Amino acid sequence: MAGRDAAPFAFVAASYLVRVCHTRARTLGELADGMRTCSDGAILLHTFRGARRSPSGAFTSDFAQWILASCHEAALAERLEAVDRRAATSVPALRDALVAPIADHLARVPEAAGRAAAAPFCFCEALDLHVPLGRSAATLRELADGIRALDLETLHHHVVRVGAGIGQEAATADFSRWIADGLGLPGVAARLDRIDIATRSLDDLRRDILGAIRGDLRP
Amino acid sequence: MTGRPAASGERVTLDDYAAIVGAPEMTALRAFARPLEGRRVRMVSAAPGGATGAAMLARLVPLLTALGLTVRWDVVAGGADFPEAARAFRHALQGEPAVASSRWRDVLAAAIEAHRCQTLFDDDIVVVHDAELAGLVASRALLRASWLWRGHADLTRPRPEAWTFLEASLNRYDAVTFPAPTCSPPLRVPVYVLPPVIDPLADINRELEPDMVRGVVERLGIDPDRPIVSQISRFDRARDPVGAIAAFRIVRRFADCQLVVAGRVPDDGPDGSDSLREAREAAAGDPDIHLLVLPATGALTINALQRASTIVLHRPVRGGFGLAAIEALWKGRPVVAADVGGLPAVVIHNVTGLVAHSIEGAAYHLRYLLANPPVGHVLGERGRRHVAEHFLITRLVKSHLLLFLTVGQAAGAASTRS
Repeated sequence: MAGRDAAPFAFVAASYLVRVCHTRARTLGELADGMRTCSDGAILLHTFRGARRSPSGAFTSDFAQWILASCHEAALAERLEAVDRRAATSVPALRDALVAPIADHLARVPEAAGRAAAAPFCFCEALDLHVPLGRSAATLRELADGIRALDLETLHHHVVRVGAGIGQEAATADFSRWIADGLGLPGVAARLDRIDIATRSLDDLRRDILGAIRGDLRP
Repeated sequence: MTGRPAASGERVTLDDYAAIVGAPEMTALRAFARPLEGRRVRMVSAAPGGATGAAMLARLVPLLTALGLTVRWDVVAGGADFPEAARAFRHALQGEPAVASSRWRDVLAAAIEAHRCQTLFDDDIVVVHDAELAGLVASRALLRASWLWRGHADLTRPRPEAWTFLEASLNRYDAVTFPAPTCSPPLRVPVYVLPPVIDPLADINRELEPDMVRGVVERLGIDPDRPIVSQISRFDRARDPVGAIAAFRIVRRFADCQLVVAGRVPDDGPDGSDSLREAREAAAGDPDIHLLVLPATGALTINALQRASTIVLHRPVRGGFGLAAIEALWKGRPVVAADVGGLPAVVIHNVTGLVAHSIEGAAYHLRYLLANPPVGHVLGERGRRHVAEHFLITRLVKSHLLLFLTVGQAAGAASTRS
C-alpha cells in the first residue's frame, strides 16, 4: 500500500540541447563506421531521443529512419528499429546490437556499403539538463498528480531515462523503482515495467502509466 | 550605431502561449529560468534586413524578460554602406561571388569597431546574431561575459575569403548554434542545433475566421470552392517555382485544381526577378495558375492562403530550413516536401507529410492527396502535433535558457551528456 514514510519522489524539469559531432555518413558503410566510433552520447541520442516523435508511425531510431529514408533499405531499417533496446545492459552492448544487423546486411550485400545516400547522416549527441521542478510526491496519488502535470520532455526524461536507463531492467525505472522500493508496491512497479515505450507516443505513455497506477490509488 | 528595433509587434504575454502549449510546458520554462533570474543578457543583431528573424527576436526578448532575465537588444545599423557590405558578405558565405571584392571586409570591420567602442558588454551573457557581427567577440577578453553566436544560414559552402574572415571569430565564442546539423562547418567550439521555429501568435500563424480566409482568397481572384495547391515562399530559383508549375501541369491531367505560387521577390540580387520572370513564362497565362507577388507586410495574406490550401507544396532544390512547411503543418495542411536542408526533421514521409525527390514524385503525391482527402487530414493533424512539440517559439525560449545554463554554468543546474 502507498504509505507516507517513503522518501519523496523529486520531480525535475528536463530538456536537452543537441550538439553537432561533425561526423557525417554518406553511405551505409560510413554509417556503420560512424556507429562503431561515435560517442556513447551519439548512440543514445540517435537511438532514444533524436527521433522521439509524437506522431505514431515513424521509426523512433534516427539510424533506422535514415536507412529507410535516405538509403531506401526498408528491410534493414526495420531490423534496426526492432533491436530490443531494453535488453542492452550497457552502451557498448547497445552499440554492438545496433551495428550487428548493418554488418550482417553488408556482408550479404557488399555493394550496399558504398551506395550514395540521398542525404548525409549527421552524428550529434545530446546535452541533457535538468533542474528542480519544485514538486515532489510522497504517495502514489501525489506521483500520479505530478505525472499529469509534466511537460512531455520531462516525462521523456523520467520514463525513458536516456543514458541512465541503460543497464536497468525496465525503461520506466525512474517511476517504477520508487514505487517498488519507496512505496513497497512491486506489483504496481511491474505493471509499469511492462509498458512498451518504443511503440507509444509520450501522451500515450502518460495515459498508460496513469492507467497502471489508477487501481492502487487510495480514495 | 545602435538603436531600438523598428517594431516589436503586438504585445503578448507568457500566459498567451500557455493557452497553446499548455501549463506543464510553461512550468518547465519557469523552472529552467529560475537559476537564471536577474542574469543580464545582451542580444546583438544587424539592422532589419539582416539574416536574423527580427520579428522572432522581437518576441523572444520580452518572453525571456518575463521569465526574469534582464535582456537588452542592440541593433547595429552601421554606416550607409553597411547593409550592402553585409549582403555581399552573406552571399560570399553562401558560396556566391562577393560583389565588391574585399571592400565588405573594411566596412564590416569599421561597423564592428564602432559598436565595440560604444558598448561596454558588461553583461553575463552576450548573444550575437548574424555573421557580419561575429567579430564583436573581440571584446570578450575585457570582461567576464559568456559569448554565444547564433548562425541563421548554411555555412558549409563558403567562399574562402569570407570563411577566413568569419572562422577566427567563431572559434572565440563559448558556443555557436546553427538551424540544422547539416549547416555547420567544422569548428573548435561546441556547436548546438537550434531548429527554426514559428510564433503561433504572429499574424502569419494566428487563427483566422473562415470568412476572412475566404474573403482574402476571393479578393486575389482564386476560386475558394475548387481545390487549391499552393507553394508559398519567396521567388528565387532555389525555391523552384517553375518546378511547382511543372508538377501542377501533371496533376491537372488527373484532377481539377488551381495552383497558387505566392511570395515576395527578394531585392538583394537579380535572382528573385529572374525567378519571377521564368515562373510567368512557365505559367503562360494559364488562368488556374496564380502567381502572386506579396509585400513584406503580407503576413495575413500568406496565413489565409495557407489555410485555404488543400495541399501545400514545398520543394526547394537546395538549402532552406522548412519554415514554410512548418507554417503549413501548424495550420493542419498536408504538405508535399523535398528532403533537402532542414526539411527531413519537419516532414517525415507518410507520418507528417509526403516527401518527393522529383517533380514527377511531387505530382504523384499531390494527385494521391487530392484523391484521398482523409489521408491529407491525418497527415495534417499529425504535422500540427509535431510542430507543437518541436517547432514553436516556446521551444526556442527553452533552448536559449538551456544554452545560458550551459555556458554560464548557473548554480543549481545539473547537466550530463548522453
